[in-house]
Amino acid sequence: MLTIAGHTLKSRLLVGTGKFSSAQVMREALEASGSEMVTVALRRVDLEDPADDIMRVLDRERFLFLPNTSGARDSDEAVRLARMARAAGGGDWLKLEVTPDPRTLLPDPVETLRATEILVADGFKVLPYINADPILALKLQDIGAAAVMPLGAPIGTNLGLLTRFQVRIIIEQARVPVIVDAGLGLPSHAAEAMEIGADAVLVNTAIAVAGDPVRMARAFALAVEAGREAYEAGAGRRLEMAEASSPETGLGFLR
Amino acid sequence: MRLICNGKTMTIRDGMSLEELIQELELNPDAVVAECDGRIARREEYATSILKDGMVVELIRFVGGG
Amino acid sequence: MQTTITNPVSSCLDSSCHDKKFSGPDLAVLRPLIYNCRPADVAAVLKKKHLSSDDLAVLLSPAADLFLPRLAARSADLTLRRFGRVMQLYAPLYLSNYCANRCQYCGFSAENKIVRRVLNLDEAESEARILADRGFGHILLVAGEAPARLDVDYLVELAGRLRHRFASLSIEIQPLSEEEYRRLFQAGIVAVAVYQETYDAAVYARVHQAGPKTDMAYRLDTPARAAAAGMREVGVGALLGLSDWRLEGLALGLHLAWLRRNYWRTGLTVSFPRLRPAAGGFAPLAEVSERDLAHLLFALRIFDEDLGLLLSTREEARFRDGMVGLGPTRYSAGSCTAPGGYGEPGSEGEQFSIGDQRSVLEVCQALKEKGYDPVLKDWDATFQNFSAANKVAA
Repeated sequence: MLTIAGHTLKSRLLVGTGKFSSAQVMREALEASGSEMVTVALRRVDLEDPADDIMRVLDRERFLFLPNTSGARDSDEAVRLARMARAAGGGDWLKLEVTPDPRTLLPDPVETLRATEILVADGFKVLPYINADPILALKLQDIGAAAVMPLGAPIGTNLGLLTRFQVRIIIEQARVPVIVDAGLGLPSHAAEAMEIGADAVLVNTAIAVAGDPVRMARAFALAVEAGREAYEAGAGRRLEMAEASSPETGLGFLR
Repeated sequence: MRLICNGKTMTIRDGMSLEELIQELELNPDAVVAECDGRIARREEYATSILKDGMVVELIRFVGGG
Repeated sequence: MQTTITNPVSSCLDSSCHDKKFSGPDLAVLRPLIYNCRPADVAAVLKKKHLSSDDLAVLLSPAADLFLPRLAARSADLTLRRFGRVMQLYAPLYLSNYCANRCQYCGFSAENKIVRRVLNLDEAESEARILADRGFGHILLVAGEAPARLDVDYLVELAGRLRHRFASLSIEIQPLSEEEYRRLFQAGIVAVAVYQETYDAAVYARVHQAGPKTDMAYRLDTPARAAAAGMREVGVGALLGLSDWRLEGLALGLHLAWLRRNYWRTGLTVSFPRLRPAAGGFAPLAEVSERDLAHLLFALRIFDEDLGLLLSTREEARFRDGMVGLGPTRYSAGSCTAPGGYGEPGSEGEQFSIGDQRSVLEVCQALKEKGYDPVLKDWDATFQNFSAANKVAA
């Protein structure tokens, strides 16, 4: 069971709600994923299409909302979005995303740290999305982040756990849950993240743009479970490592 | 009087409340966050917030996102 | 592999991670984890890249004794890659042998009739000058635990006089409060060594008969207080010969892992004092051979690649030479453990007799012959932002 900021979840797969072809498909895919926590974003209402409302298909009894601050380019914008999310009934949960570069959508470490400090003081449960920087992860924990969310690869690239080496360090040092977020393109990527000890993963693009999102959601659910089982079985701590092939070390000097 | 809502200039009747504006736009006040001149309005205040000439209003809601 | 291997040891670590203090492990709980291991378990652990504290237990087991050459090879490899062909040298400067404690094993015990001396500030400075002239950049200020004779004010003053002459100053004295460590840090002390002596509560109570040192919990918390105060490095260790070295080793590993988790900015070092002849004639309660010491050192190196590992002149020259390249990263040299002994060789009142009596030049020569670079200065305190003491997150 995964506990984040005092809240317990049975599923270690978090799912994003963007990029789906329709609200209906999104709803079915979320159902198939077994997820209990989903991300949502905040945007201006499209006044031309007032009926397009995700809230009609997302059951708030079933899914815990994790509003994100996607679109924010600096800490001021992120804080503003966070407060709006809270006002919109998003509770205190927040996935903090500060992405000044619209091409790569990579997170800004400085603005993320700044915003985290402000939002923690303002009572938010902050889950910052970051590059897989172990020192940044430590600093965010020091100032009260409820979890850390290092990326596997840039958003939408589906390249998998490119950052595996640093993510492993983050996991070793973490005092809060580590949720690998972004870049996971295949169930096997998610399984790998779980095998090395991640507490959860967040997947959006890989499910939403799959040929059959419902089926893919189920595949991810199985992969996350498999990876976690493997980790708890002890396999996660074994890595291929060639034995130091040095000649017999001279210990003849010992008495 | 005129105000700017979600970046678009609109003409509305004097004395209109925020709640009325939202409803006239065919939106559900419970599902929308409103920011008036940079200040987030509290849900309880929608009915009593009277819109002013030149005000900048942002109506935000949850959408799909990762 | 044992079925319950994941729980007792790691959960000891996990549960104490949620507390703000490190709670000493119950050695009785650790015992079966070490003693039930088989050779196959050791082989399996040696294939791993990242070791848990459960794995450390395996490496410390009797089953691992047969694997000593492989432990040595692995330790050598890790040390070489992390530290290079380098040995940092330091010298202890004994300021005082007065002590309020009665530790059965120590030459400074209040009970022992030895010549007692505390150096005044000028004398201490004079001793330090000798060390500086020998080329040392790092010195360790040591004193018996007697605040009435040597207190924080003295150290602050001494640090002020010495800090411009040395790259770094460390201390090994009585446990202090976090606030006192903060004062010392501001004054120029950057590292604190404090050895638990033994993590075995029963033995601890037995060998510490009187004095402030009887408070085991306070001592156990000391590295954390020093780290919280902003010290760059904290040194831990167990006095080998008091209790089962394998259990002490695992307890040390847990303590280190806890410190890493809670004070990630602080460097960690481990020393391996091994009971040697001292005034009072205390016989070790447990056997710890050179082989055992080497085994413990290798296991800790494999467990945590980044630890500084210290061997002092308590050990023989032959042993220390043999260990070069296998794991240790810091050696003392030309040491004297009696206050005033550098200026007046043959001074009485030493803490322990020296095993490696070579001069610093001879030690440097030996290191060079083994293809190692003796480093007398590794860091310069002028880079240190001492006001950082106020910014460290606990």
